[in-house]
Amino acid sequence: MATGQSQVAVQYDYDIIKKFAVMSLVWAVVGMAVGVYIASQLAWPVLNFDIPYITFGRFRPVHTSAVIFGFGGSALFATSYYVVQRTCQTRLWAPGLATFTFWGWQAVIVLAALSYMMGFSQGREYAEMEWPIDLLILFVWVAYLAVFLGTLMNRKQPHIYVANWFYLAFILATALLHVFNNLAMPVGLFSMKSYSLFSGAQDAMTQWWYGHNAVGFFLTAAFLGMMYYFVPKQAGRPIYSYRLSIVHFWALSFMYMWVGTHHLHWTAIPDWTSTLGATFSIMLLLPSWGGMINGIMTLSGAWDKLRTDPIMRFMIVALSFYGMSTFEGPLMSLKDVNALSHYTDWTVGHVHSGALGWVAMISFGALYHMIPRLWNTQLYSERLVNVHFWLATIGVLLYITAMWISGISQGLMWRAFDEYGNLQYSFVESVAAMHPFYVMRAIGGAFFLSGMLVMAYNCYMTIRQGVRSARLAPAQTRAAVA
Amino acid sequence: MLEWLADAGNAKSLGLVIFFVTFCLIVLWVYGSKKRGARLEEHKHIPFLDDADDVKEDKHG
Repeated sequence: MATGQSQVAVQYDYDIIKKFAVMSLVWAVVGMAVGVYIASQLAWPVLNFDIPYITFGRFRPVHTSAVIFGFGGSALFATSYYVVQRTCQTRLWAPGLATFTFWGWQAVIVLAALSYMMGFSQGREYAEMEWPIDLLILFVWVAYLAVFLGTLMNRKQPHIYVANWFYLAFILATALLHVFNNLAMPVGLFSMKSYSLFSGAQDAMTQWWYGHNAVGFFLTAAFLGMMYYFVPKQAGRPIYSYRLSIVHFWALSFMYMWVGTHHLHWTAIPDWTSTLGATFSIMLLLPSWGGMINGIMTLSGAWDKLRTDPIMRFMIVALSFYGMSTFEGPLMSLKDVNALSHYTDWTVGHVHSGALGWVAMISFGALYHMIPRLWNTQLYSERLVNVHFWLATIGVLLYITAMWISGISQGLMWRAFDEYGNLQYSFVESVAAMHPFYVMRAIGGAFFLSGMLVMAYNCYMTIRQGVRSARLAPAQTRAAVA
Repeated sequence: MLEWLADAGNAKSLGLVIFFVTFCLIVLWVYGSKKRGARLEEHKHIPFLDDADDVKEDKHG
């Protein structure tokens, strides 16, 4: 049972959280700017400028790493350190180790970006870092696990709140995925190049076991942890059903690990693995929607907050996108649907409805809630949060609509036959047909980025306000005493 | 029986049974008793315990 005593006297360790929160904003701006640039390169290839360092192939992993690991990862470090302290009513265990996770993680992102631009990549999606960077990630991650577990073990609250379960599952699963996906033999001690321990179909299955579970545990479970703390806090109401959150957690944990092979339908993998992936993907719909309903129903009886509180709006729209993309995912995992959607822009649109609509928006909501509290001040402007919300929403909608039309058109054009049984369209014809949608995607991305810039400004002003009032407070106290 | 369990080829079926039964037991544990359910639901207030100024409403039972 939860102890009812107030633990306001506990002085939480906010310094490390502040650092991660600021860096998550920085990486969001950088990563999304690179994203808009590479989207523009696809619409206007002249933007490659024949400079190898900034061509699409090298810039694309810079974008994905900066937004997933830089923005998303830093937001997760920040919120997990915040949530674990506040729900356990204790300070972070081993603050020195926590500081190491900050500098280590930032080094990982910077080194990864520079190495991609230099042309180093092990060619594994969302895990392009070469082996020396992989080793650094390993050390940082073990330190993260130690800090998180140590804090849990020092808790004053007997029960571990469900948000921490999701965070812990994310940390453990990411460690497992990272280690096995990156088992490789370096060419030499001073060479960046290495070769995977797996080959052929096994290598492909390992990659997508990692790839989809990175989505499942890094981009879903962890952000659900965020949701289970920040939605109730912002709404001022406890989560709709705690029991449902427990079933949600275990169902997700049991099912996610099996679905990776749906990325490899109609390839050289054994057919049963493909069917297994599709089956578990369909089953995942239940816990995903259970979680979404649990989050949205937290607002039951206080729906007016959606009209009056733009931060709440971010969170509820994030949950709606979570519901939408977890419906679209199982649909796309069906072999017949996948035959049309795979290798097309539909997949890109699906990923972004999850990444922008769910991951980014729930992070925006959490950061808007947390940043004023970290600096002990008020948010600089709620109006700007509202502006951000609409820019982000228009951006996501433009993006995913463009990719739906483009993806389904591609799929249909690639499988169209003429009366003689020949392919009706050449590949380049399908590329030319996509041009208007690539422009539309770049515009959608620009909307989302401009919203992000508004947020960065709003948070900068909030932090400045907090720092100024912290400076003034002791001076005022001294004056009052005198 | 032991031979069947020791055969690596049966690991998939065995794993499926173990995970499925465990999951069913968890669901049963969560929803099987009203008293336990009420105790579990108490934990939803944890995020509000360290904030004197936070509103604690529970209209969901």
